[in-house]
Amino acid sequence: MLADSVARFIDNEYDFESRQQIVEGGVGYSRELWQTYAELGWTAIPFAESDGGFDGGPIELILLMEQFGRGLVVEPYLPTIVLAGGVLRRIASAKQRKKWLSGIIEGRTQAALAFAEPQARFEISDVATTADANGNGFILNGQKNLVLNGNNADLLIIPARTGGAQSDENGITLFAVASDSTGIDRKDYATVDGHHAADISFKDLHVDSESILGAVGKGYATLQAVIDEATLAVCAEAVGILRTMHDKTVEYAKNRVQFGVPIGTFQALQHRMVDMLMACEQTYSLLLWAAMLNADGDADAPKAISALKYQIGTAGRTVAQEAVQIHGGMGVTWELDISHYFKRFTAIELLFGNADFHLNRYLARTLHESAR
Amino acid sequence: MHVSFTDDELAFQQEVRAFLEEEYPDDIRRKQDSGLPIGRDDIVRWQKILYEKGWAAVNWPVEHGGTGWTTIQKYIFENEMGKVNAPLFVPFGMKMVGPIIYTFGNDDQKKRFLPDILASDTWWCQGYSEPGSGSDLASLKTKADRTGDHYIVNGTKTWTTLAHYADWIFCLVRTSSDVARRQDGISFLLIDMKSRGVSVKPIPTIDGGRDINEVHFENVEVPVENLIGKEGKGWTYGKVLLQHERTNMATVPQSKYRLRKLKREAASPISGAASLMEDPNFARKVAVAEIELKALEYTELRTLAAIAVGKAPGPESSILKIKGTVVQQMLDELFLEAAGYYALPYLSDRYDVDFPEIEKITYDAQTKSSLKYFNNRKATIYGGSNEIQKNIIAKHVLGL
Repeated sequence: MLADSVARFIDNEYDFESRQQIVEGGVGYSRELWQTYAELGWTAIPFAESDGGFDGGPIELILLMEQFGRGLVVEPYLPTIVLAGGVLRRIASAKQRKKWLSGIIEGRTQAALAFAEPQARFEISDVATTADANGNGFILNGQKNLVLNGNNADLLIIPARTGGAQSDENGITLFAVASDSTGIDRKDYATVDGHHAADISFKDLHVDSESILGAVGKGYATLQAVIDEATLAVCAEAVGILRTMHDKTVEYAKNRVQFGVPIGTFQALQHRMVDMLMACEQTYSLLLWAAMLNADGDADAPKAISALKYQIGTAGRTVAQEAVQIHGGMGVTWELDISHYFKRFTAIELLFGNADFHLNRYLARTLHESAR
Repeated sequence: MHVSFTDDELAFQQEVRAFLEEEYPDDIRRKQDSGLPIGRDDIVRWQKILYEKGWAAVNWPVEHGGTGWTTIQKYIFENEMGKVNAPLFVPFGMKMVGPIIYTFGNDDQKKRFLPDILASDTWWCQGYSEPGSGSDLASLKTKADRTGDHYIVNGTKTWTTLAHYADWIFCLVRTSSDVARRQDGISFLLIDMKSRGVSVKPIPTIDGGRDINEVHFENVEVPVENLIGKEGKGWTYGKVLLQHERTNMATVPQSKYRLRKLKREAASPISGAASLMEDPNFARKVAVAEIELKALEYTELRTLAAIAVGKAPGPESSILKIKGTVVQQMLDELFLEAAGYYALPYLSDRYDVDFPEIEKITYDAQTKSSLKYFNNRKATIYGGSNEIQKNIIAKHVLGL
């Protein structure tokens, strides 16, 4: 039902031209549509009923995100609801929920989670940003890059190090900070996939005890859980993209006539389009498996998510490349939507770790099992 | 066939290296090394430096200004140019229409056009593909109707690289539809881009670039003197040219340069700890690319050895185009992966030719990796897509 209503919305309100207009507009997303998402209850899905949400889980999330992939939606659902919202719903105090959550759910507040640092590549435990104790609060210094929706965020969730060595999981604290606080410097930019982000630096940013989320020095577990969930979300978005790219490729091959026949009659291309179909279906199967394990809180859920992300970056990449190739010259033009699907897919390949990164994570967990 | 050079060849190699040391402009070198764009003026300046040296027309007959080099000397020259990542010569004049003109053109056409091509005083573009004629080029519809001493040309060419820089365009046009084979109605026509009725519209590409164009012809008058050879023979002339285009697409020296650069970049430590090359997943993929490239290098040497004893590049040259472009794209993927999150910012104004700062190099080069990856998906599509190349090999080499 959720999938249907989101699908209908994409079909009726979010065609490619509309999407491009939003991308090229001022802030890179539609404020009006964000209000619509709030009115439709989509911004409330993952939050607890007691917070004004719908207690939605990973299954609801992937149904929504697959449709967002299909429509190449650029509104910052991932950064605000899944990333920042994901942290808040897990460890925010009652006071913090009151301060931040209703604004997010009602569509008034934009947010971002600063999960990446310039030296860290994909390692979220690599946190060089420091938080030095100052009375009951802290002083933050450091840099974050690729803060998704950082250009729009009212609220920034900042992992900073209160203890431990730079790469330690222990000693990371999560802070909720208003983006207009003194000591924050931002460089906003568009990203190659039609979205927006910012590089943000903190210089003697004073934060009080109200901004500390959860326990001091114990933020890593939450951060990792949120990133896992976000990984699942972008994989679902990627599945939506891949299926759409495949459908469009088949349609194109049926209509494009060269040598007097539709190119879809050439057996060589038919087999490749079948290969694409199989890859899409296999990827979707892994998506369902990973989402179910995640919903059950299964200990193997992170491993499953890594398997899925690996699949996206390998089999998925082939589907995306084949779609562009079969479209011929048209596939590399700005005008045709297929090239924009390709770019967003490629960005997703990199987000939260690429295929190699996740293969290593999968292997590490496999070896750990064998050792037991 | 052996790859060890004679003393003369080694001396020539030194000569080329010395020339590049002295004459390859520092500012162009810096831009090439950092992946920043070079514009029309830079390209012409560099090509004129080669022209002054007498090294612009590597493959032309000596009588028209060619270097007169042996196959090995040409190979050495291309290798040394690739080693420093010098800009590739814009192919349309020097490597495409030039050879057509001196092979099939009359004396008047040779006099009119060849010196300006040689000196890079005229910029050419290629009018082949049409919206309805991509892989099936022979189905082209741009018409050239003979009226007195002119052709009247009507139609649309697409995917015309750098047409916005061009002074002239060479076109395959349809002069007759009353033919048994479509190919026999196609002629080879040279058209002044300043002619009335010629208009150029950019086609923005996936990366936001504006290198390719649509060229529209509306009742364009073209003097009959601009027809190359005979009417109806354009397809044959063009086919000869396409085979030359395919040997150039192996781009072995350029891929070797990029592989060296990739390994250097991937050797930098990340996360204060191991470098990307210490990740077996990544290192393995680099090794695979290196092996593919070595195989390609030797396939090209085998092809050159055949040419050296007087055989023309035949359908086997399609292998070089296929594998050359596949290797390019393998490297594109590895650069993208190496850049990680740095590949995601879209700083489009930095890629304008006129952007003055070239100091902020590392960051910009990495952000360029995604745009390069996107743009270069075209490599397996242009020049005869890799699918078409495989058809050619199947038909002409395997007899299937």
